[in-house]
Order: sequence, then structure tokens, then C-alpha cells
Amino acid sequence: MSQVMDADRMSRALTRISHEILERNRGTSDLALIGIRTRGVPLARRIAHALHGINHDEVPTGALDITLYRDDLMRQPVGPQPVVRRTEVHFSIDDRRILLVDDVLYTGRTIRAALDALIDFGRPRSIQLIVLVDRGHRELPIKADYVGKNLPTSTRQSVRVRLQEIDGEDEVLLVDPPAQEGA
Amino acid sequence: MLKSRHLLGIADLDPDEIGLILETADAMTEIAARPIKKVPTLRGRTVVNLFFEPSTRTRTSFEVAEKRLSADTLSIAVAQSSVTKGETLLDTVRNLEAMAPDMIVMRHASSGAPHLLARLCRSAIINAGDGMHEHPTQALLDAFTIREHKKRLDGLKVAIVGDLLHSRVLRSNVELLNKMGAQVWACGPSTLMPPDLARFGVRPTTSIDEAVDGADVIMMLRIQHERMHGHFIPSTREYFTTFGLTPARVARARPDVIIMHPGPMNRGVEIDSDVADGPYSVILEQVTNGVAVRMAVLYLLAGQEAQAD
Repeated sequence: MSQVMDADRMSRALTRISHEILERNRGTSDLALIGIRTRGVPLARRIAHALHGINHDEVPTGALDITLYRDDLMRQPVGPQPVVRRTEVHFSIDDRRILLVDDVLYTGRTIRAALDALIDFGRPRSIQLIVLVDRGHRELPIKADYVGKNLPTSTRQSVRVRLQEIDGEDEVLLVDPPAQEGA
Repeated sequence: MLKSRHLLGIADLDPDEIGLILETADAMTEIAARPIKKVPTLRGRTVVNLFFEPSTRTRTSFEVAEKRLSADTLSIAVAQSSVTKGETLLDTVRNLEAMAPDMIVMRHASSGAPHLLARLCRSAIINAGDGMHEHPTQALLDAFTIREHKKRLDGLKVAIVGDLLHSRVLRSNVELLNKMGAQVWACGPSTLMPPDLARFGVRPTTSIDEAVDGADVIMMLRIQHERMHGHFIPSTREYFTTFGLTPARVARARPDVIIMHPGPMNRGVEIDSDVADGPYSVILEQVTNGVAVRMAVLYLLAGQEAQAD
């Protein structure tokens, strides 16, 4: 098990991503952040905070639970059935530019589910993807627009993102087998 | 995770499982607020609603829950079906099973009918009310509604008033509320009181004033005219005078009391219209919550199926 990101590097990555968001979208008008549960949610809040620090604009922030949209739910039992949590998107996503936030990008299946879920809420003008770690091994044609860190991994390894708000500490760990749960 | 692939009664659930169902239901409530009130979770699953007794609320609630989860549903009202032509329960269900449904939601006038099917069929069985035995999803939606208002179940005084003898709602609620640490008072005329109620951890009383005194929750039960084949009460007017929930009686409860009724209500028999439509009434919230709770049950049981495959 090795640490690939500490609190400092994580914070700098999120600050850089926030600047990239502003550059690419020319400001924050029509933007909204939606974090994918669990760890995408605090990351989305941190980016909203960083954007506020740079631009003094409030970007609406929501939380998306994708459990009910998973493609593996009724197929292969990969582990215990996931617990459904609340989706909280208290604003209309119609015609907004949505910034979807997750901690780790791996097969792309979570993002596929999240896109399906988002479309059920309305018709956004665009959806951009922010991930803290891109570990490769995509199984679907999905690509992140903003990446905190590209991390080459083997499929047998797992990436564990730990966040202050949930785990009491900011760090990203690369875990070698036999631990097997991925993102 | 739930331990069983069926939901036959509250008696089979432990407090953790009840907590999981209520938490999952809480997440499901948000779907009703969306512009598109549908998620793809049960796509390709078939659910049969098999109702051997008339039901509007429960059947509709299950149907809405199934459709919101994208399941294919068919509802069979048995009054028009082959049972009237002499087919046995087991044959009816075996014929349905030949069409490979994943789950069967069933209501039957005989206590234990769903338990029989659970032993003999492949499908997951959800009990939507069996005779005078259990009605687990009603107790779960009642608990969900109480928790939304009181933020807890343990330590609450819950008064259940009415036809206790014929009530599966009473049995399921007593099972659930006891497991979750609430204190249940059961009140009704002695002719409609099952023997040995106290054995189930309930405080029986024939005085509604005593039952509702300081209560956090008052749950009124319907006088089930269709099950009364004897002389249980002198008249409905007499019943209302002695056991009906009036504003004066509500005033004896806690100031933040909530009034519940599983429906359908007999206004002027067990409950005064002013109470049913009054500020303490959460009767329509119960109906709304019923859909979310049933979605939670369907989701959790469908996951069980996947694990068992």
C-alpha cells in the first residue's frame, strides 16, 4: 500500500481544476456541480468553495446517488447489495452546464449510470466530468475533462481515496492485492 | 441486507433489517419529486399483484411502486379469475409461475397463505395482507411516517384503537413497534379484543381516554364490517360514542400528537371528520409514504434474487 497523493497535493489539484473550470467556461454563469455519492459529494463542495474563493460566485451543488441506475445490480452479485442513498439536486439542471464530480475514474460504468440519472432530471446544456484520480482501464467510451492525477494501475490493484469529511484524512492510496474492491 | 428473499411478516425481520428498509425508503421518496418519476432499477423484472381480496390503496400503491422502478407489472383481481371456477390457490399460482414472474405480491383472506406459497414456489413472495395475520408493508409505512415526524420510534407511546380482533395492521404494527422500542397501548371493546394481548407486549385497555392520554401517536383502526359475522358492537353510533376519536379525546394526547389511519376510514364510526381532516392528521402522508416503502421492499428483495441466482 503506497500513498500517491497527500492532503497538500490533493488541495493543489482541486485548486488547479477550479482554475481550469473558470478558464474553459469563461466564468461560472449557468454552472452547477453535482457530486456522485459517496466521495464525489465532498469533492464537489470543495470545488464550489474554491470557485467562490477565486470568483466570488456561488455555484449550486448537488449530490447524486447512482445505485438505482447501476448495470450490475440485478446481474452478478459482486458483493453485498449497495445501500440506496438520497439524491439531492435542489435546482433545475435544464440548460445548465453540469460539472459531474467523482473520486476515481475506472471502468466508466459509474459515469454511464450517472449520465442516465442526470438525463432523468432534465436536459442540461452540457455535462463535463471532473475526477480526482483517473486510473485507466476504461470499459466504455468515457473520458474526463478535468483530472486531478493520472495514475497508472493494474486491474488487480485498487485505489482508495480518503477524504477529511468522511475518513478524517485527505489522501489517495494505491492498494496492492489481495484487497480487491475498486472504485 | 435482508436475510430472506420473501417479505411475509414483520415477525421475520430484525431491527437492523427494519432500519435498512426505512433508510432505503427515505432515499426513494426523492424520486416522487422528480419530473420523470422513474428509475430503471427493476427493468426486465416481472411482478404479479395477486389480490384475492378487494383492495384499492394497497394494490395501487404496489403498482405505482413497481412502475417507478420500471418493473413489468400485472395485477390480477381474483374475483374475475379462475378461482371462482374452482381452481385451488396453489394451482392458480403454479400457472402464473409458468410465465416466470420474479415476484408475487399477494393478498389473501386466509392467514398464512403467502407462507404456503413461499415454501412451494420459486418466486419471491411479498405479503400484502393475509387474513387476520400480518400486513408488513403497512406497518413499515406507518413506522416510516412516525419516524419522519418524531425522528425516532423508541420510547414513544403509540395508542392503537379500534377493531383489534380482525386487524392484521395491529399485529404487524405491534411486532414492529415492540422491536423498535415503542410502547404500544391497544384499545377496543372487549368483544373485539383478542385474548392474551398482553402476552405480545401490549397494554390492553377498554378506555380510549386512558389509551390516548399523553400519546405521541394515535392509530385508528377500521371497524371491519365485512369480517363481522357476529354481534361485536351494539351499533356504530354507540361505538363512536365510546371509542370514536373526537377533538376532545385528541386533546388528551401530547400537543405534537399525530393521528394515523390505514384506511379506508369510516367517518363518524371510528374517527370524527374534524379529526380526520384536522391539523394532527397524517393519513394522506401515510399513503404517499406507502409508495416509497414498497419501492424499498421491492428493491431490497430484487437484490436478494440476484444474489440467489
